[in-house]
Amino acid sequence: MTQDDNKEGIKGMANPGRYGIERIAYLLMRLTGLGLLGYFIAHVYETSNILRGRMGWDEFLAMTQTTEGHLFLVLVIGMCVFHTGNGIRIMLGHGGVGVGKPARPDYPYDPASQNYRHKIGIYSSIVLAAVAMMYGMAVMFGE
Amino acid sequence: MAQVSSIAEEQAPNPLSASKSVLLRISRFNPETDESNKFMEFSVPYQKWTTVLEAILDVKKHFDHSVAVRYSCRQATCGSCGMLINGKPRLACFTKISELNSDVVTVEPMNNFPVIRDLAVRFERLFDTHHKIKPFLIRDDTELESNEKEFLQSPEELENFIQFANCIKCGLCNSACPTMTTDSSFVGPQALAQAYRYVADSRDKGKDSRLDIIDESHGIWRCHFAGSCSQVCPKGVDPAMGIQFLRGYLLGFRS
Ligand code: HEM
Ligand code: SF4
Ligand code: FES
Repeated sequence: MTQDDNKEGIKGMANPGRYGIERIAYLLMRLTGLGLLGYFIAHVYETSNILRGRMGWDEFLAMTQTTEGHLFLVLVIGMCVFHTGNGIRIMLGHGGVGVGKPARPDYPYDPASQNYRHKIGIYSSIVLAAVAMMYGMAVMFGE
Repeated sequence: MAQVSSIAEEQAPNPLSASKSVLLRISRFNPETDESNKFMEFSVPYQKWTTVLEAILDVKKHFDHSVAVRYSCRQATCGSCGMLINGKPRLACFTKISELNSDVVTVEPMNNFPVIRDLAVRFERLFDTHHKIKPFLIRDDTELESNEKEFLQSPEELENFIQFANCIKCGLCNSACPTMTTDSSFVGPQALAQAYRYVADSRDKGKDSRLDIIDESHGIWRCHFAGSCSQVCPKGVDPAMGIQFLRGYLLGFRS
């Protein structure tokens, strides 16, 4: 601890344990966003291998045909589905949709913006991502 | 440092009927002399209704008067006693030991605020950002000049912002906010909620100028709707709701 702002830093930002499912969704959104960005860059690089002709393309594509490659793609599917589902929820929220209505607050002051609609949005994004990952696994490993 | 002291029953002014006691761990830190904080531990008796602030004041009375803590109203009204209690920002006067369901209560200064000493933190930045959003009615005429005695408002119009007017400037929201953990320039949930409080007030005409103030790189766009501010607010202000409404104006979802 120093005399500065006593900021918690990245550790505090990423600590999902204290503030409910909404904070977990916040963390997952960041991680999946960065993961997808990484995948997107790698994807552009990978597809640019077409310039090396059919051999080069096939060679590179073979990397995704391994068990590790399959697991990686399953992870990408999960990240994609969660990021999209939760992204739609956040975009609606950011526009002020579904965040409740101002009202005279009463003890115990449950915040209306942290309501069941948004919780359902988060949980269904997680469930959808899990289902998509299982489907992906069934397709890739099921041959 | 782990020195455990306990309050002797005969020292307590009133004999305490309950024999329950809790281990109170207080973070001690003086930025002028210390490299890092140390915890001092005290065994403090408590009743069902004893608040964390009362336990800290017990320690000050019986063991160590030098523990630095800021408080005034003891009834969740002045906004002075915010601190981390078992890792979460809360008002010490509004948190009963019994509701924490723990034998150990750890109190630390709020995060994202500079520490003055021990549990007391600096509020200058919070007051600055609060001031920045112009927390007053903006309009050309004044109540003093107008023919009517005061600017009238219907009860329905009052409902639109009264929730946000409950803010006591305790800073718990700024302490819980994930953006504030890394960004000292972020305007923060407290000030943003107050921007909405005035924008939603039918008597106010300063909406455009306030939206201009928060529409900057360390302004409203740094909010990611994690909602932690609303979860810790002790007055039901729900800053996250106000912030999304403000952004609704800026994005054209609302007019
Ligand atoms: C339909 C698809 C998508 C939707 C609906 C969507 C939606 C969103 C939204 C709403 C945010 C802001 C979240 C916040 O305010 O915290 C966001 C952040 C982000 N997205 Fe997406 N996104 C999509 C696809 C993608 C793709 C394909 C990529 C990668 C190439 C990506 C990368 C990111 C990154 C890096 C962030 C920033 C994460 C952060 O700083 O928290 N997104 N997305
Ligand atoms: S919005 Fe709530 S938590 Fe934030 S300063 Fe005001 S009363 Fe405290
Ligand atoms: S002492 Fe005033 S809010 Fe706690």
